Amino acid sequence: MPAPVCQLLYCTTVIFKDCTFFTRKEIMRLFYRYQDLAPQLVPLDYTSCPDVKVPYELIGSMPELKVKKLNLREDNPFRQRIAQVFSEDGDGHMTLDNFLDMFSVMSEMAPRDLKAYYAFKIYDFNNDDYICAWDLEQTVTKLTRGELSTEEVSLICEKVLDEADGDHDGRLSLEDFQNMILRAPDFLSTFHIRI
Amino acid sequence: MSHQLKGRGEEGDRSRRSPSMRRTHGAKKAPGRRRAQPGQKERAGGSPGSGSPRRKQAERRGRLELPGARERRSAEKTCRGRRKKDGRASLREQRAPSKKEKEVRRKEETWKQLKKHRSSSVASSTSSGESLSEEELARILEQVEDKKKLIASMRSKPWPMARKLAELREAQEFVEKYEGALGKGKGKRLYACRMLMAKKWVKFKRDFDNFKTQCIPWEMKIKDIESHFGSSVASYFIFLRWMYGVNLVLFGLIFGLVIIPEVLMGMPYGSIPRKTVPRAEEEKAMDFSVLWDFEGYIKYSALFYGYYNNQRTIGWLRYRLPMAYFMVGVSVFGYSLMIVIRSMASNNQGTTSEGESDNFTFSFKMFTSWDYLIGNSETADNKYASITTSFKESIVDEQESNKEENIHLTRFLRVLANFLIICCLCGSGYLIYFVVKRSQEFSKMQNVSWYERNEVEIVMSLLGMFCPPLFETIAALENYHPRIGLKWQLGRIFALFLGNLYTFLLALMDDVQLKLSNEETIKNVTHWTLFHYYNSSGWNESVPRPPLHPADVPRGSCWETAVGIEFMRLTVSDMLVTYITILLGDFLRACFVRFMNYCWCWDLEAGFPSYAEFDISGNVLGLIFNQGMIWMGSFYAPGLVGINVLRLLTSMYFQCWAVMSSNVPHERVFKASRSNNFYMGLLLLVLFLSLLPVAYTIMSLPPSFDCGPFSGKNRMYDVIQETVENDFPTFLGKIFAFLANPGLIIPAILLMFLAIYYLNSVSKSLSRANAQLRKKIQALREVEKSHKSVKGRATARESEDTDKSNSKNGTQLTKGTAHHSASQSQTLDQKAQGPGASSSASKTVLPASQHLPVSRAPGVRPDSGQARPQAHPWRSTSGKQVWRPPH
Repeated sequence: MPAPVCQLLYCTTVIFKDCTFFTRKEIMRLFYRYQDLAPQLVPLDYTSCPDVKVPYELIGSMPELKVKKLNLREDNPFRQRIAQVFSEDGDGHMTLDNFLDMFSVMSEMAPRDLKAYYAFKIYDFNNDDYICAWDLEQTVTKLTRGELSTEEVSLICEKVLDEADGDHDGRLSLEDFQNMILRAPDFLSTFHIRI
Repeated sequence: MSHQLKGRGEEGDRSRRSPSMRRTHGAKKAPGRRRAQPGQKERAGGSPGSGSPRRKQAERRGRLELPGARERRSAEKTCRGRRKKDGRASLREQRAPSKKEKEVRRKEETWKQLKKHRSSSVASSTSSGESLSEEELARILEQVEDKKKLIASMRSKPWPMARKLAELREAQEFVEKYEGALGKGKGKRLYACRMLMAKKWVKFKRDFDNFKTQCIPWEMKIKDIESHFGSSVASYFIFLRWMYGVNLVLFGLIFGLVIIPEVLMGMPYGSIPRKTVPRAEEEKAMDFSVLWDFEGYIKYSALFYGYYNNQRTIGWLRYRLPMAYFMVGVSVFGYSLMIVIRSMASNNQGTTSEGESDNFTFSFKMFTSWDYLIGNSETADNKYASITTSFKESIVDEQESNKEENIHLTRFLRVLANFLIICCLCGSGYLIYFVVKRSQEFSKMQNVSWYERNEVEIVMSLLGMFCPPLFETIAALENYHPRIGLKWQLGRIFALFLGNLYTFLLALMDDVQLKLSNEETIKNVTHWTLFHYYNSSGWNESVPRPPLHPADVPRGSCWETAVGIEFMRLTVSDMLVTYITILLGDFLRACFVRFMNYCWCWDLEAGFPSYAEFDISGNVLGLIFNQGMIWMGSFYAPGLVGINVLRLLTSMYFQCWAVMSSNVPHERVFKASRSNNFYMGLLLLVLFLSLLPVAYTIMSLPPSFDCGPFSGKNRMYDVIQETVENDFPTFLGKIFAFLANPGLIIPAILLMFLAIYYLNSVSKSLSRANAQLRKKIQALREVEKSHKSVKGRATARESEDTDKSNSKNGTQLTKGTAHHSASQSQTLDQKAQGPGASSSASKTVLPASQHLPVSRAPGVRPDSGQARPQAHPWRSTSGKQVWRPPH
């Protein structure tokens, strides 16, 4: 029996091509990958555009976002946030559209503004459109796996707010964040997932 | 009423234009859809889009309008004869001026027409229907252009995919429906052709970019390493690749201009004494042990200096080989200097923005330190560790600026450590000197053992292996900040290698002097041998005597070749030691740890031996010094660069494999971008230092009398003089002689010093000004912050947004322009159009409101002739509309 061939409607890939930063080949590769995540859930034949969502547990198993199951340590500290931000309902379950969207934003070609916008959303843990001290604490804890003491964490948050908060309201707005990230030398190179 | 009218008007238009139409049935749906559009169009206009399409758009509009205008004329002929003339005149008039003006005028024209239409619609309903359709056409055009822009910028919209898809489908349908409708005949075909070409071009560009990425050698390998080990390890491989490129160029220079001409056109092997193995060495010349030492046949090959003949020209091309040899030797250094300095400068350009990072140390660490490329748990673990340490480091920095404890003890320890390390350096230097001396004695003795022959290389390699860890241990005393400690460590290892290299060079120089002093006697011996051979009795005088076989001619020791062989040996042994270290130290250790871990009493992976880290600094320094050796040796051994190219090639693959198979990432990941220039600086230093001995030998040592391209000359650079005298016209020779006059050279050098001094002072003052400006910006930011915070507390959140634009126009402007270069270009366009758009406040608002007239649904407000100017930014008094990024 020949290997199963994934099918994506031709015109769909054309449209996806305009909506993402990928070529058709890359879209097909991503589609294979998406299909690979949950072979039993995602049909190979995508011509009819079925309404399928891959649950977060499977999305998280991708190498870049992987969960180490044995000792419950996370590889990418923000994998859950990424999945939540890009999923439709914020629950981390992703359709193919969301999946492509995520990789498009994280691709090399995406402009800085777009990346900054989504980075802001990712670091905004409580979805209130501001990065507040609590969000910052979450970020630090995730980045260091909680190896810093509480004083150190609070000192760091204080310093970050001191540096980046443009209007002294005790939290970072999108504008502050963009202003800050605009000057970051390696934001573009690190906020990036290869496919 | 207007909807109906418009629909009818369009219908009428369409039916007349039927050949170019594809879907007439969709026309009725159009108004409804268009009414739904304003919202999204506003976003489309305000969000980042490319600036250039606008100009194109203007151009295209100007062109596409012609059919429409013609249409209109035919339609209006019946009822509005007089006005038609007006319109035509204005249309013609507008065709003449430049594009920007064209657009402005066109808009004004439209408004005028709108007013007219309004009045005419009051007069007669039928004519209003026709005229509205004409106005519609322009609207549709604008909309189509907007849609196209939307399609082009769709991918950079921060919307969820579902919405993007929906918008895109809609936009595409719209464009498809109306695009064909608006053009006609030739214009349409031209337009379609142009669109096709544009699409093809975009595709070609993308493919070409892909191709370019694929053409970068080892890109995938390095990216692979980068994703596993982070960017710092990859920086070594990028450096290695860069080095490989430089060496390839040097290799091309030397092989193309020296070795290949010599092999093709020079005298063949065995024709003259310098190209023949002497009789005494002949039997062992092909043994592997001899060849391995670069003696025997290899010594008398084109790989070394001594093989080249001093004939002025060779072959039918009359190729001036000695001249070429000299010039290539010079240009190797010239090219290397140029390329190193250029890459340093380009690195520096990238680091100018790093001054900003002082302001945002913690923010950058928090938001940009996680490398999303990491897809490997070990790397992730290390990244966590490095982020934690970097946070801790920053905290330490923050705290250290305040307090300093027990400064005397620290100072004492640092002095002690430096003393110890200087002792180490002196000891190792003396050891090398001693060993080189001994090896000179060994070289005079017969049947020395393998160890005695290779003692120098072994000692140097051992020193290179054991001194750096020793230094690191001593450096622990100093208690420096780790980053500074690393620099110290690099500097010390550099000094060690440098000391080694220079003691080695001095010893070599002694050797050379010894050989030079012997040369005179050998010269006499050779002379007398030949003399006796030709004049001795016992030979039939009638037959001319066959010349002495070249192998039998006694010859000098050719110090240049000896130097070349020394460098060749050093390079090869260095390479072997590196590879063996990798094999034993990394690979076998990794195997041992991996497999013995199953049956060992403690955890080998986490405990003592563990896996080896990739030693970035050691590897980079090794690479740099190897390159120094190549630079020094390549003049005396042209084949050295070829060997080095091979070495770099193999070490690329070998080290890539070794890193991936048996190393774990570095604990302390230092910034690749900064240290790269540090490496380049070291490389430049090494280049300069290796230039010195070569220049010294060329300028002040006489070349050997019987080997090499410069034999028979007093100094090597005489070859230039010779060429100038013989091959150039006399006046050029005079000019050269004049240029070489010390009276001219000394002022030139003085002038250069002055220039350096001047440029240095200029750059200093510039950097001071830079620092001051930065301070000013900082102060401004502080003021702004406090200002804002006061305002923020005083006013409600809603009003705060609007206040921002008033209180800080300037900053808003910079932010706006920096964030959205597209909107900036639009602003420029508008500036050119609108004479009133001069104040900065209105400039910032422009991008948003500029699209208001476009976004309004056509026909929804028939009185837009009056309303429009109000909506235009430069006439509106309110500067309070701030553009917000789309959500």
